Amino acid sequence: MWKTWTGLAGAVQRVRASLHPIPYRLASTFLCAPHSARCFSTGRAACKDFIQELEQQLKAFRHKALTAMPGSDWSPQNTTAGLPPERADIVIVGGGVVGWSIAYWLKRKERVRDGVRVLVVEKDPTYSQASTVLSVGGIRQQFSLPENIHLSLASADFMRNINEHLGVLNEDPVDLQFTHSGYLFLASEKGAAVMEENYRTQRDAGAKVLLLSPTQLKEKFPWINTEGVKLASYGLENEGWFDPWSLLNAFRRKALSMGVYQCVGEVTGFRYSSHSMSTTDGDMVAFKRIKYVNVRMPNSLEVQPVECAIVVNAAGAQSGKVAQLAGIGSGPEDSLASVPVPVEPRKRYVYVLNCPDGPGLDTPFLIDYSGVYCRREGLGGNYIAGLSPEENEEPDSGDLEVNYGFFQENLWPLLARRLPAFECCKVTSAWAGYYDYNTFDQNGILGLHPLVNNMYIATGFSGHGLQQSPAVGRALAELILDGGFRTLDLSALGFERIFYKEPVLERNIV
Amino acid sequence: MWPVGLGWTCLSIARRSWSSVSSPPSPLPLRSRMLLFLVQHFHDIEAIVSWSSWLGNWTRQRKNVYYSYAQKQFGSNVAAAFYILNLKGGFRLAGQSDWVRPNAKGKFSLDFINFSDLSIEEVDASGTVINYMGLNNLVSQQKLRCLSLRGCPEVDDWFLSRLHIFKDSLEELDLSGCSRVSVGGLSALHHLRKLRKLDLSSLPRVQNPGLVRILLEEVLPHCHIMGVEYQEGLQSSGAETDIKATSGL
Repeated sequence: MWKTWTGLAGAVQRVRASLHPIPYRLASTFLCAPHSARCFSTGRAACKDFIQELEQQLKAFRHKALTAMPGSDWSPQNTTAGLPPERADIVIVGGGVVGWSIAYWLKRKERVRDGVRVLVVEKDPTYSQASTVLSVGGIRQQFSLPENIHLSLASADFMRNINEHLGVLNEDPVDLQFTHSGYLFLASEKGAAVMEENYRTQRDAGAKVLLLSPTQLKEKFPWINTEGVKLASYGLENEGWFDPWSLLNAFRRKALSMGVYQCVGEVTGFRYSSHSMSTTDGDMVAFKRIKYVNVRMPNSLEVQPVECAIVVNAAGAQSGKVAQLAGIGSGPEDSLASVPVPVEPRKRYVYVLNCPDGPGLDTPFLIDYSGVYCRREGLGGNYIAGLSPEENEEPDSGDLEVNYGFFQENLWPLLARRLPAFECCKVTSAWAGYYDYNTFDQNGILGLHPLVNNMYIATGFSGHGLQQSPAVGRALAELILDGGFRTLDLSALGFERIFYKEPVLERNIV
Repeated sequence: MWPVGLGWTCLSIARRSWSSVSSPPSPLPLRSRMLLFLVQHFHDIEAIVSWSSWLGNWTRQRKNVYYSYAQKQFGSNVAAAFYILNLKGGFRLAGQSDWVRPNAKGKFSLDFINFSDLSIEEVDASGTVINYMGLNNLVSQQKLRCLSLRGCPEVDDWFLSRLHIFKDSLEELDLSGCSRVSVGGLSALHHLRKLRKLDLSSLPRVQNPGLVRILLEEVLPHCHIMGVEYQEGLQSSGAETDIKATSGL
């Protein structure tokens, strides 16, 4: 019945009380007696010192007794603080929103208490470069791939009932600060047919989207310049933006309360066993199984190998590098082993603008056909805008420095053309973040790697990982614990398409 | 056998008052503190408290379930009416002048079944547990003119975002005392083009009610917003009176 040893804290309190210093006067009269010759005249001062020394010694004794009691963190072996456990069932590499979502769903789906031991390894507890917290935080259902639409719808459903899912007893309720404003996509002559097709797919999948003609658009949002716009698609429900930090912390708090282990450290290598088999053509294929994950402690050379059964690669922009540590991508030419996980970090700038005459409370998340996007932030006339650069003009992703020249030359002309009120706007601040960009087809990769038998991959979302994270966590937990997808069939997003070179393209990438 | 009711009323999972988000939480009463201590030390009491909160969620969902049998047998108008009466709300049919409500004991007569071709014009759901899923029963009422949601604990931003289904007919909306409504949901009200009266008094989660009123009036020019003064939410620091805008909303 006793959950923790802190029940013994009561006993410790009683011990403490009994070790409480005996009243000063009583002590002095009691202990002064042996020093009869010197005590009586200058006795007071010497007695005081003796009593104080005795009290200090008793205090030290009490302190030592307390640390020896169970419940304190003293141990005779001098071990480094914060080491991961030596053994874990599932190690999740990456503590972003996808990683914690998977951890939460694994704990939620386990049938027995402590059925799976899950460890989440995150190298930067301040999340200074993590894509999750630097994200603009939008969620939409206006995709062209049905799997993406279903993932977003399921995630919106999850966020609607987030307190039922992620509520912790006696803690504050989760507040995502969700603004229900809808995405507004604008299409030119070229893109109108594609937009209509996407509209049908979205409607079939259950998304509530509305198509608007230029006149209807002008009537609804008079502050838009509809020149060049042939068709617009506006989301009515389950679309908007929210606070990614709240979602991450909600997942983390709930997962930690369910018993997920957390470790701050960097994964520097895997120890795996491999055995080769030959195909009918005589080629050798090596199948690997990861036995140990080497986790290096922060600011240290100490590496702790964690024995594990399953590894989940949810490292976001660094997933390509983590996969390379397992030997994925280093194999003989023209073989399956030479295909790497095609995820690399791509830097994207986000600018905060202040425009006093800008659009009001009904501003949707506007996305123009030129790629520029803009949404309202708060109630004080602030807006957030950004633009995905062309393929050949990608900025260097070595650091997260912002290039304000990009705003002046590329973003602002397009923005001011579409929203004339932004001709006189000011850039108040900006930041940059990484997309975990899937260079193959800009869609997430979900599933087991065919050659590494126990590495699951959940990455490559290219800018829509945050909005799909609850559903992705559930899908991966189903894969791991149930052996296959149960609620949503996401086999189209598996790693096999990269082997067979069959891209599953998403046409609505922002 | 631990009394389940005790756990349910004292401590429910994540149901602390929304208005105390910014102020430090007041100390819980003795019963709650005792229960919290027991929950943290005993697995079975933790399980019982989580079951009781699950039970609360389940009863709320059951009240808002889709009335498919009534829909099939009598049509969507009767199903909507039955749903509202089961919630202990009231309604008025188009063309009739008196309201249909359950009596103090919750009983109501089934006369409304005879008027299956009349759609509902006004709904008074004040104090009921109507929520997002319950709107499935009301989607068909395209002539709904007035909706009163005074003091509904389950009406939140997602509910408001779904009110666009009444965009061609809703003229009066009363949201006073809904503790879960915030600016994120109010920004979805611009779909209601026919809205003429909107009551936004005592919404604890809206930090700048005066500013929100101004912004909503800009977006809904024909709507009269009640219950909020323009200077509510203004913070005066010494001699200056500036409107402080909150970010992250």
